[in-house]
This record gives sequence, structure tokens and C-alpha cells, in this order.
Amino acid sequence: MTRALGLHLAVIAALLVAGFVLPAYHHTNVARIMVMAVFAMGYNIAYGTTGLLSLGHALFFAAGMYATGLGISLLAVPTGPALALGVVAGAAMACAVGLLALRTGGVSFMIVTLMFAQAGYLTLLYFGPVTGGDEGFVLDRATRAVGPLDLSADMPRYFAALALFAVALLGHLALTRSAFGRSMVAMRENEERSRMLGYNPFAVELAALTLSGAYAGAAGAAFAVMFGYVGASFAGVQYSILPLLYVLVGGAGTILGPFIGALVMFYLIDLSSLVTTATLFVTGAALLLIVVFAPRGILGAIRERWAPWLP
Amino acid sequence: MAAVILSARGLTRHFGGLKAVDEVDLDLGAGDIHALIGPNGAGKTTFVSLLAGRIQAQAGSVTLAGRDITRLRAHARVRAGLAYTFQITSIYPRLSVFDNAALAAQRGNPPDLRAATMAALSRTGLESRAQQVAGTLSYGHQRLLEITMGLALSPRVLILDEPTQGLAASEIEGFKALVRGLAPATTVLLIEHNMEVVMDLADRITVLNFGRRLATGTPAEIRADPAVQAAYLGTPHAAA
Repeated sequence: MTRALGLHLAVIAALLVAGFVLPAYHHTNVARIMVMAVFAMGYNIAYGTTGLLSLGHALFFAAGMYATGLGISLLAVPTGPALALGVVAGAAMACAVGLLALRTGGVSFMIVTLMFAQAGYLTLLYFGPVTGGDEGFVLDRATRAVGPLDLSADMPRYFAALALFAVALLGHLALTRSAFGRSMVAMRENEERSRMLGYNPFAVELAALTLSGAYAGAAGAAFAVMFGYVGASFAGVQYSILPLLYVLVGGAGTILGPFIGALVMFYLIDLSSLVTTATLFVTGAALLLIVVFAPRGILGAIRERWAPWLP
Repeated sequence: MAAVILSARGLTRHFGGLKAVDEVDLDLGAGDIHALIGPNGAGKTTFVSLLAGRIQAQAGSVTLAGRDITRLRAHARVRAGLAYTFQITSIYPRLSVFDNAALAAQRGNPPDLRAATMAALSRTGLESRAQQVAGTLSYGHQRLLEITMGLALSPRVLILDEPTQGLAASEIEGFKALVRGLAPATTVLLIEHNMEVVMDLADRITVLNFGRRLATGTPAEIRADPAVQAAYLGTPHAAA
């Protein structure tokens, strides 16, 4: 048990050290990867843990991003509270979608969440004068600071991303080990049995989706402030697919899988773009290899073969 | 008979023209072991599914300890104290035996979940297999795990749907002792095809046939009932 906690603390410590030694280019990349990993962890709570295959998580990410971005630029909300607003917006959006979408299951759930996300994306375009449409808007550098921390500068940004990542990771670990986390897994594994143990599947799944939305919203909010840009492309379908991809590559239902997936996919595309413009081909080939040789993802395969104690 | 803990009045469920359960009444005495028997297709599983709320009744009512639970959905009935074990084993095959039992035990918010879970597993002798993946258990052990989950809910009424199916003779002896030990805290409604088990365990027996209640009584009364003999146990003439 402490072995698992030790491993996760070691990963956080390694990222802390990396913050001081990484060259500038990778420094920014890893900060971005950590924020995206938080998004993927949120996705993992819904899909990996609870078995809810959503195709609409871009909506929750964008809800956080726009709540924070518009809060700062339009309503002059201070940056700290604006970030909190982003988390709340992501959770509230997921809860609202869940209230309707969770009446369905399986393929219907995928379609309904996809439709909600598309509706959200089109809404952002429709209200272009406020949201900036598909061009989006840039956050004023002066507003991208929380207290003395200027999150537009490399070092504070990296460590703020790490702090968010660490909280999200340890929260995910604690959740998985809790009684509530076990009941989420129960929904994924056998909903009918769970009902006959007194669980209300709708309530458990709604709570899981709301929590998942809070993670996505936090990632969207952090992204807006740290990288200074808010745009409708973040609400597009590709941002619903990305966290799914990260989770599948890293290992659905594992705690570190979303981070590993984000890291691997980011650098796979980054490195392959040095030699070819066909980076999507590389992505596709990687996915194919994963599906054929490690259908449970990188960490899932490691857990299966060598480390059954991995959470 | 002791005070009634669970009572059904006029429970009805038709599937098209098939009267699967037709205006059936049942009273369970608190602490009793009550067996529900009948030929295949008599409506036993449909009837207990109506009690448990897995199937919606078209007419009739169900009362648990004086409270009308007819309108409660299945999960709420379980919370009210009515547990159900599946005829076709339904466990979490990819989770450990421990996690399976813990999912039931944690419903009662015990102060020490690990201890409560292990205690539940030791009642069915599965404690040494706690870390095994449930899907790799033998069929008989999966049945026992199913029963463990029902027991770990500490229900007031436990419905066991053909619990001894697939159990070895030695396991059946253990099962009988286990069920006897549940009284008086837990009332048991037992669907069972194994007549030895029924006659050994049951305080009272209800016989269903063609979706209707044929008779209710003590094992001796049921054995002596000519209608039951004709419908279910076979009449003496049948051999001729």
C-alpha cells in the first residue's frame, strides 16, 4: 500500500527536480503535459474508473477555460477566484450534462455527450462577439498572476502546473482507494449487481461525472491562465478525443496512466514532426500497436505482468 | 407464526398472455426460513423479482416491517433491508474476492471496513481466498461469494434464489448450517429445487404453480397436501 503512495510521491519529486534542470523548450512542454494530464485524469475517473465512455469532455475543459477567461477579461474577476470559478464551471457543466446523458448508457451515452459538446462548441461560435469565436482571445499578461506569482513566466508556471498536477494525482489515488472509489468501479464492472447491493447507479455515476468535470474544468482554467489564450478550438471534438487517447495509451483505470499517456503522445508527435509531416500517421500507428500488443495501455500491461500492486 | 416482516398482497405480473405471477399473497414470519417451491416455470423467480423490485409489479403491494415499499426502486428496497442473491451467479469477476465482499459490507459504514469484510468472508469460509480474483474461483465458491455479499448487507430479509445449485454435497451441509444460523436476526426466503434442503431447513413452505399460490404450510402439511402432490411432487398414480 505505501509502495503505491511512494511511487506517486517519487513521480512528483522527479517532476519537481525536472523543473530546475529541464531546458527551456522541454520545460514549457512538460508544464503543458502536466495540465493536460489533469484533464486526462478527469477523463480517467469517468471512463477508466466508472466505465463512462464520454465523447464530450472538451465541453467540460472549455467550460473551465471560458469561465476563467471570460471572468478575468469581461468581469474583471481576480485571477485566483477566476481559477476556482473554472473548476466550478467544469463540474456544473458535467453535472448538467450527466443529468440528461446518464439516462442512457453505452453507445447512446457516447452519442449524447458528443452532441452536447458539439452544441457547446457551436454556442461559443454563435456568441462570437463575447467569446471571440474561433479566433478566441488572448489574456492580458498583467491578469495572469495569482498574488506575487506571475503564471506567464516559465518558472512559476511550471511549479503552478506541478502543484495542480500533484493535488490531482494524489486526489485520484485517494479516491480510488476510498469506499466511494470502489463503488465507482462497481458501476463499471456490474451495474445490476451493484443495484442489488443498494447502490443507485445514477447517483454514483452522476457524482463521478461531476468530479471528472471538475478535473477537466481545473485543467481548462489553468491552461487559460498559464498559456494566456482562450479559444473555441479547445471545445472541438479533438479535445474530447485527446484525453481518451491519453488514457488508452497510458492505461485506463490506472492512476499514473493518464500522465504517461499524455507524455508519450506529446513527445511522439513532437519527435516525429522532426522527420515527417505525417504525424497523424505516427499517432495512428502507435494506437494500433497499443491496441494489438497492450490493450490495457502501457501501465495496464506493466500491472498485468510485473506489478499487480499498481493502483 | 411470528410477527410478519414481509408481506405481499395480490402481486401480479403478466408477460403478454402469460400470467407469470397472478395475484399472489405471501407472509414471511420474522426469523423464519420460508421456502418457495414449484415446478420449473411456476413463476418463482419472477415473484421474488417483484418482491425485490427488479421487475415492476402490475398490481399488488409489498410491505416490509410495516412500511409499504411497493413504489421503491430495487436499490432503495435493498437499503430498506431486503437483500437478493441472484439465481445466475452475479459477482464482480474481475475484482478480488475481498473487493466483492467489501462492496456489500461498506453499505453499512462499518468503522473498520477491512475487519467487517473479513468477518463476512469467514462466515462462508472464503477468508483464505480474499486476494484471489473472483472470476477464477470455482463455481461453488462463486455461489458462496454471492451469498456472502447478501449476508454482508446485514439484511432483515434475505432472498436466496437457488443457492445450492452447483454446490457439492459437502458444501450443501455447510450452507444449511449457515442458513440455520441466520435466524432470528435475518428472515430467509429460499427458492430451492433440492427437496432435501427444503424439508431440512424450512419452517414454512409456499408452493407456486402456473403463477398462482397453490398452498402454504409447514413441511409436513405440504407433504400431505394432495393438490401439491398432484401438481408438483407427482401423484402415486403417475408411476403406473
